[in-house]
Amino acid sequence: MRFAALFLALLAAAGDPGERVVHVVARKFSYSPDVLELQLGIPVVIELTSADRDHGFSVPELGIRIDVEPGKTARVRVVPQKVGTFDFHCDVFCGSGHEEMAGRIVVSGPVASGGSGGH
Amino acid sequence: MGSRTRREFLQIAGVGGVVFASGLLDACSRLGGRPDPGPAMADDFYFVQLSDTHWGYKGPANPEATVELPRAIELVNALPQVPDFVVFTGDLTHTTDDEQERRRRMGQVRGHLARLRVPTLRLMAGEHDASLDRGAAFQEFFGPLRYSFDHKGVHFVVLDNVSDPKGVLGDAQIDWLSRDLKPLPKNAPIVVFTHRPLFDLKADWDWTTADGTRAIDVLHAWRNVTVFYGHIHQEHHHQTDHIAHHAARSLMFPLPAPGSQPKRAPVPWDPTHPGRGLGLRDIDTDPRQPAYQLREIPLAKET
Repeated sequence: MRFAALFLALLAAAGDPGERVVHVVARKFSYSPDVLELQLGIPVVIELTSADRDHGFSVPELGIRIDVEPGKTARVRVVPQKVGTFDFHCDVFCGSGHEEMAGRIVVSGPVASGGSGGH
Repeated sequence: MGSRTRREFLQIAGVGGVVFASGLLDACSRLGGRPDPGPAMADDFYFVQLSDTHWGYKGPANPEATVELPRAIELVNALPQVPDFVVFTGDLTHTTDDEQERRRRMGQVRGHLARLRVPTLRLMAGEHDASLDRGAAFQEFFGPLRYSFDHKGVHFVVLDNVSDPKGVLGDAQIDWLSRDLKPLPKNAPIVVFTHRPLFDLKADWDWTTADGTRAIDVLHAWRNVTVFYGHIHQEHHHQTDHIAHHAARSLMFPLPAPGSQPKRAPVPWDPTHPGRGLGLRDIDTDPRQPAYQLREIPLAKET
């Protein structure tokens, strides 16, 4: 359970209204986009679709994996709990080039509030 | 027993130790071909592990892609003593979406392997062979995806963690493994061949088997278990409690050490050292110990 403290990840039919949704398209042999920029503590729903065949979306360090199949939308809700970079990859063998099908999630710290901030 | 061990024989033949590999062909040619092994060996035996030929690969990681498999066969045929068998731990072919081309590549590999002068050949699939059609073509050309056999007191198990494109063994195979091992005494020497590592070597490079720990849990009840695998294109040794796991080099291109670079891209081809990082291994086996002595045999001279 090394990842449990890092992320809270839930499969969800949909996120709460107003939550940010990030759309990702998987196709041989890439994700678009392949860098997902998230913010610490801010819930995000990652929606994945496939443009061609069965793929996977696996982030081992965060304990996230989900199938990405043509004609379906896969959703995973995440609440980043740690700043850092976390690699993801396709874990459903999809052909010559499968090994290069990867990307990364970049979690940044909280954005500083605007204004002078007082004295 | 009064007979020489193979290790002793190789020392007598002058091809022992680390010079063995580079001196293989020279030693045999000096001896006028395959030398007489002398008195029959006792219970110890040895086998050869080949892996990850990726026949059909075309790319910058190996511009001499058609050279390596014939070269490996040449090396095996020139060994001073005939191995009891050769095992090929997967990815005989490089994958293709074209089913006809897949079969053409498998036919070519089968043709090459027919030139191996060994009594027995044990084949198994890698994901490049089997994941896109769940092993259909592989089984047509090379036989079953999982099986077991006994040889001179050692029980060998071949596991399939590739024909499911998700890289899992699956419930049915875990059950089969349990049933296969059940009759064996707990001190029986057991060798497992897989393509992917059963343990989490580097999961974010897909160097794992999703349910591999279930197989390890089953194997754990036996005291003398050793796993040989491929997939990661490099020599690697790991221990999960008392179970040893040994990865073999590729016959096509080497991959980087786990986590040594951001991506698992092949090690770039070095034209000044063609074939560097590629190779095979032989495994000396003494079921009475049981103990395994591994000898890495590079395809090219490594200076």
